[in-house]
Amino acid sequence: MGESSINFAKASSAALQDQQLRGNFRRAMDGLMSKRAVQFADTAEWNGVRTLGASVRLRALSKLPELLEKLEANCTKNGIQVHWASTTDEANAIVLSIMQRVNAKLVVKGKSMVSEEMHLNAFLEKHGIESLESDLGEYIVQLDEAMPSHIIMPAIHMNTKQIAHLFKQKIKEAEYTEDVAQLTDLARRVLRKKFATADVGISGVNMAVAETGTLCLVENEGNGRMSTTVPPVHIAVMGLEKVVEKLEDVPPVISLLTRSATAQPITTYVNMISSPRKAGEKDGPDEIHLVILDNGRSGIYADEELRNTLRCIRCGACMNHCPVYTKVGGHAYQAPYPGPIGSILMPQVEGLETRGELPHACTMCNACVEICPVKIPIVEIMGRLRSEAVHPGDAVKGAGSHASKAETMVWKGWSMTYASPLAYQFATALLAKLGNAAPASLPLLKEWTNVRSKPRFANRTLHALAREKGIPDV
Amino acid sequence: MSHDGTLSRPAIERPDSVYFFGTCLVDLFYPEAGMAGMDLLKQQGVRVVFPQGQSCCSQPAYNSGYREEALKVARAQLDYFPGDWPIVVPSGSCAGMMSKHWPDLFKGEPDEARACQVASRVWELTQFLVQVLKVKFEDQGPPVKITWHASCHAQREMGVTDEPKALLRQLANVELVELQREKECCGFGGTFAVRHPEISAAMVGDKVADIENTGAKAVVSGDCGCLMNISGALEGGKKPVRGVHIAQFLKERTHG
Repeated sequence: MGESSINFAKASSAALQDQQLRGNFRRAMDGLMSKRAVQFADTAEWNGVRTLGASVRLRALSKLPELLEKLEANCTKNGIQVHWASTTDEANAIVLSIMQRVNAKLVVKGKSMVSEEMHLNAFLEKHGIESLESDLGEYIVQLDEAMPSHIIMPAIHMNTKQIAHLFKQKIKEAEYTEDVAQLTDLARRVLRKKFATADVGISGVNMAVAETGTLCLVENEGNGRMSTTVPPVHIAVMGLEKVVEKLEDVPPVISLLTRSATAQPITTYVNMISSPRKAGEKDGPDEIHLVILDNGRSGIYADEELRNTLRCIRCGACMNHCPVYTKVGGHAYQAPYPGPIGSILMPQVEGLETRGELPHACTMCNACVEICPVKIPIVEIMGRLRSEAVHPGDAVKGAGSHASKAETMVWKGWSMTYASPLAYQFATALLAKLGNAAPASLPLLKEWTNVRSKPRFANRTLHALAREKGIPDV
Repeated sequence: MSHDGTLSRPAIERPDSVYFFGTCLVDLFYPEAGMAGMDLLKQQGVRVVFPQGQSCCSQPAYNSGYREEALKVARAQLDYFPGDWPIVVPSGSCAGMMSKHWPDLFKGEPDEARACQVASRVWELTQFLVQVLKVKFEDQGPPVKITWHASCHAQREMGVTDEPKALLRQLANVELVELQREKECCGFGGTFAVRHPEISAAMVGDKVADIENTGAKAVVSGDCGCLMNISGALEGGKKPVRGVHIAQFLKERTHG
């Protein structure tokens, strides 16, 4: 996955030209930010629950190997079959082998970011299996043959009109309407038929509880419940970091998750899946499989600082509050996980060679850090990855791959000048004299002056003024 | 450090003297803001020392991933602030770099303790004026409507949120109108503005629109990076709004 290097600058430039897209994102994110603020209006409560949420995730990560073993043992005891995949290819192969054993032709899917990471739909299609997204947003994106642009609201980049056109174009029985209720109803009718005939249901996992072997799944539309109970086989896919220790760890995390994500105090459905259908039960699948994916995560886990990335509960609040994401939208990141968390997760999972540009898609304003419900030091990790990108090492895949001789020379020259008072004062005095003569067409200055006036060097530096005014030096 | 990652400064006694760290942007582009900052401190009867050997907090290299180069420049600053006096910085960003990131930058280095000691004495200017000097300003200027742009690092690293606005509100003839998106980044981000000029332009465009909507005659900020970006965009778009550093604005209003 992600063999080729992405071009964030080019993709974001295209996004910025699209006024409709920019408007859609600005409006949607403004709405989400203000609604979330209402949910956490009580600062003391926010600080309390946030500290609790962070501690749940930290505790889980501090004993991750042990908890994963416990999870496997308890799931197995409950009749859930556990599979381990170190790469996305392995995870795909596991899913396929289960499908082939039950001769599956149609899969319905609940929302799962790990399955996006696996590019599972494309993989299944290649093997002649139809895979249908049943989350409304994912369904829309799938009809549009696009990627999700947000981890919680996959089709947030589109407005009603665009969706109305898409439905008319792609769904046979569709009449053109911009009525949201009618559009939703149409999708529901298409999906209902598929739920009834699907051979396998696939879902993600919001949290897996080690002590009980329970898979916890949060959703609003009921499609997750349908996907996990109607087809005879249910396959859940999760990243190995999604485990929590105890059942009592679940409520605080859900409370933070739903309020941070969509500003809902709670979602419509919280599914706690603990076993396949037992004798005498009226519904539920005959088989449940849990595929636990590594895909670079154990490498991230091994580094104490980078490990904090794995705290993430996938609420998407960092995107909603990121001024860069808000401008360019999710597709510009060309990754299953966009925005701030994607910018630190993707380079660690796929390597800095191809994803090294993402940690620079950030002004380091810290809005994401301020909002993260589990206190991930996103910007610190961003800085660490920027540093890894230019220094050869083995902590992150592809470390050193972005070291450019020219850039290194610039910073070496900068540090030599700025570390020597004499050189610094000579250079700044020279800039004060001659700096303003620099033509606006110079490379870096040209980009700056496209929308801004040229910065004006003062005639005399602060050092010079302070000397002239007799401000004591020591 | 507090639970949300910002620094909480324990209150200190009013000192006789302070060091002033001018920052490289102030040095080259806004020396009058630096002078105004020092004047405000002197006005309060505090002796101000400006070490001529100082240059830069090292943030540009640090944020670009060049930590070795950043360390070299940060280390060069340590010699110039030998006393125990507070170090006052007219920039939330540089103050944040010194007080929050220097301890990380120097981790494991032989001079780590010394760097941490210097870092612990760093104050953002408005924070120092309000919390330590407890200044009271008397407005001597004509009526004017202004707005305030909160710099990201001042608010989210230094925990400076109310101080600058509290100072502006002391000015009787100044009407302070808040931006709709006061806390949103202006798109400067140091090297971000040149690495991603189009996104940066879109961000500062939103900021300028927000400023214009307030009908303010001036946008006041405590960071020269933001100021260079925002007032550059205001000027570039021929908007009749002036960008001004808070130190300079306060000095203008209180000195007539």
